[in-house]
Amino acid sequence: MNATASEMLLVNEPPPPPPPAEPVAADPVPAGIETVGRITVDQPRMTSRNVSVMYGDKMGIEDVNLDIGKNEVLAMIGPSGCGKSTFLRCLNRMNDTVDVCRVTGTIRLDGEDVHDPRLDVVQLRARVGMVFQKPNPFPKSIYDNVAYGPRIHGLAEGRRETDAIVQRSLEKAGLWNEVRDRLEQPGTGLSGGQQQRLCIARAIAVSPEVILMDEPCSALDPIATARIEELIDELRENYTIVIVTHSMQQAARVSQRTAYFHLGRLIEVGETSQIFTNPRHDLTEDYITGRFG
Amino acid sequence: MKHTSARQAPRNAEEHTFKRFDQELAHLNRIVLRMGGLVEDQIAKAMSALRDADLDTARNVVARDHVVNFLDVQADEQIVNLLALRQPVGKDLRMILSLGKTVTDLERIGDEAERIARMTIDIYSSSNPPPDARLLSDAFRMSTLATRMLHDVLDALARLDVEKAIQVARGDVELDSEFQAALRRLSTYIMEDARNVGHTINVTFIVKSLERIGDHSKNIAEYVVFLVKGKDVRHVSPESIDTGELGR
Repeated sequence: MNATASEMLLVNEPPPPPPPAEPVAADPVPAGIETVGRITVDQPRMTSRNVSVMYGDKMGIEDVNLDIGKNEVLAMIGPSGCGKSTFLRCLNRMNDTVDVCRVTGTIRLDGEDVHDPRLDVVQLRARVGMVFQKPNPFPKSIYDNVAYGPRIHGLAEGRRETDAIVQRSLEKAGLWNEVRDRLEQPGTGLSGGQQQRLCIARAIAVSPEVILMDEPCSALDPIATARIEELIDELRENYTIVIVTHSMQQAARVSQRTAYFHLGRLIEVGETSQIFTNPRHDLTEDYITGRFG
Repeated sequence: MKHTSARQAPRNAEEHTFKRFDQELAHLNRIVLRMGGLVEDQIAKAMSALRDADLDTARNVVARDHVVNFLDVQADEQIVNLLALRQPVGKDLRMILSLGKTVTDLERIGDEAERIARMTIDIYSSSNPPPDARLLSDAFRMSTLATRMLHDVLDALARLDVEKAIQVARGDVELDSEFQAALRRLSTYIMEDARNVGHTINVTFIVKSLERIGDHSKNIAEYVVFLVKGKDVRHVSPESIDTGELGR
């Protein structure tokens, strides 16, 4: 599950010129889908239409249509194996790394098809960053963990600019004050919660538009969890965040919209307050109230 | 429309995976319904004391109000525990919030029954001759309506019957117009004979209490609608509640 540094960041060849910006008509929402609730948003950052994933001959997710809005936190919930992580990994093409996995349908980031062959996947993953369940800092110094992305993406020239990016990213991740005096120490020496915030700083350092989080707090204690949740709320000002979580209370606390997945389908999506007070689908109701068999 | 499509998963809509949650919710439900039954009986006893000039029964009603209050406190404790320990959401949350508000209204209905009993004691322990039946007839007519509203709404709560709850909410208009009519008639008794003033004031308090019981029943009816449908229909005229629109 954990991506290596090379998967996430390594540039193998110079990126091709960005594809010409073409006017993008809003993708129509296919008729006959089962999702309850409004899947579209007024200002979409990402859109997915008819996204299905097959693992070999096994269906991972089926016909998912969902918009993710600018400056919103979207929580994806559902029982294990429901496809929420699979869908999350589609958003920055992490599923490309799985051989038997086949993704169909359209996913757009700011109107651009993420599967467009002209789009460099490494660039895509810089624009759509990811934070994993288990903090996975590189076995390098705190400083280098954050500086690595900007360096290989050519975002910083010289030490001064790199310093500035490192400081800004660590500040945004709420970690600066705790590590400013020991930037040269290994990132792996930090506590679990600090490591996770370091990973968030690392993701922020390459100025992404979207941050994907796959169970970012499941290995953390309640205090560290609260700090990450506070951070997510702050980051929403500048980024779009998609979070997969098994903690329904966490979904309720941090997100504006919630999507409920079940057996590979997107069952219901709606404002978080509505999903948690008055869900419209029986399956959603049963899941969030703990009536699931 | 409630959505039930999508592939069927094994599910039992009634039970939580964590069984104790069910037991705790059921316990809260029992407290509330017991309280409902008790206040119903308090009103019935208070009115029969008024009819039969039965001071003992009236005093019993006054004394028994503390049982209503005790159940009120018990229900609130249970609600605080459920909120703190189970973090309910969805229909569980709506259930607990609705029952919490219902309990408050039931406690106030209990207070109104107690007030009726106190007025009854006042009426029959004064040195004046007892009031004639004419003076009390409005109170009995209104108590029939108010008691039926309360009975129906407790029924609707127990069965989660939205249609019935809406009927109760609509029925409050009838009780209100009875109350207005009663006030007009009572004022004519005072004008007829100034010696009626003392009794008339007491009876006025009684009909006012009955009118309030109707209001509280209507409130409970609105909580039932919220509980089942998730729609807040308070401060909406009952006639304008579109039962079709209440569908999900």
